[in-house]
Amino acid sequence: MSIRYGSLAGLATAALVLSAVATSGEELERKGIPAPPGHVFQTIISGYQFRTKETRALQDDDLENPGFLAVERAADVWKTVDGGEGKSCMSCHGEAEKTMKGVGAAMPKWSEKLNKPVNLEQQINICRTEHMKAEPWAFKSKELTDMTTFVRFQSRGLPVAVKADGPMSPWFEKGKEIYYTRVGQLDLACASCHEKNNGKFMRADFLSQGQTNGFPTYRLRDQRLIPLHERFEGCMFDVRGVPYKPLSDEFLALELYVAWRGIGLPVETPSVRN
Amino acid sequence: MADKPRIKLPKEAKKGEIIQIKTLVSHLMESGQRKDAQGKPIARKIINKFTCEFNGRPVFSCALEPAISANPYIQFDARIDEEGTFKFAWTDDDGSVVTAEEKIALKA
Repeated sequence: MSIRYGSLAGLATAALVLSAVATSGEELERKGIPAPPGHVFQTIISGYQFRTKETRALQDDDLENPGFLAVERAADVWKTVDGGEGKSCMSCHGEAEKTMKGVGAAMPKWSEKLNKPVNLEQQINICRTEHMKAEPWAFKSKELTDMTTFVRFQSRGLPVAVKADGPMSPWFEKGKEIYYTRVGQLDLACASCHEKNNGKFMRADFLSQGQTNGFPTYRLRDQRLIPLHERFEGCMFDVRGVPYKPLSDEFLALELYVAWRGIGLPVETPSVRN
Repeated sequence: MADKPRIKLPKEAKKGEIIQIKTLVSHLMESGQRKDAQGKPIARKIINKFTCEFNGRPVFSCALEPAISANPYIQFDARIDEEGTFKFAWTDDDGSVVTAEEKIALKA
């Protein structure tokens, strides 16, 4: 916000003020990590770096961060028995703090059994239906998003570490193709905003690199946690396209590819974004 | 409103010290201005009042309005002159009240 007011003042008065604008821009320096060789970016930058200092502060304090309400809810559900087998998540996995560490950072992951990658939401529902004999949770339900957040939170601070080679290769290529394909009436690809124009001010906001390391993320706009595929849907809707279905193969491939674009970034779940 | 409110304050303080208290409660804060998919207005349901007492004496209270976003976060300061218990209460439009307590001791 300070930048906007600053630039308005700059236009109204003189070049002297404009130089002050440049200084206030430096306050919002965006720190990233160096990308591995052959990566699309030179520096990989988390969406956190594109947010205002107020939004950052909200994420930095675990008490203020409303995403932790979901973490706490799911921590109870983790121990709660559900389904025909009389099991809870804990019956098989024990303490999530130990056993789930790093799990969320490596998703989506190849499943030999299904012969396709699965993401965290799908894995949670596989556990529920196959091992607990419980009803799967619907996508976007509070329960599924809470549990996804809780499991991914156990990887907070660990680097995003998806594997994109071997059997994942065709999925990676498919995701890449989707990323660079223009869709919708606005005829925009993911890359149009998040690769070519990240850092620019558009639609009253800064375009980020479109990294996924903070998902599910507490969006101030929605006042709830938003799972990644819902965000994908939102982006496609915004370019006036017809979104793929959440948990579809298309979004799964895209999730894999976009995770790779943020490889090495620390997981921030639950992050806070606009 | 099944979730426990989140409260942060120091476990102990020096006599006369001013401490910071942070609270966050889970609530939808439905403003009453929105409509559902059928176009019918969604009834207002918010936390309309928050109070904090220390050893039975009021410390801080406020009225909350529909424009306040979901999961209201309230932060305030209090001076500690004696050990005791903070009692927090969030009042819902439907009359239900969520309460919580936190103890604080005096540093020797």
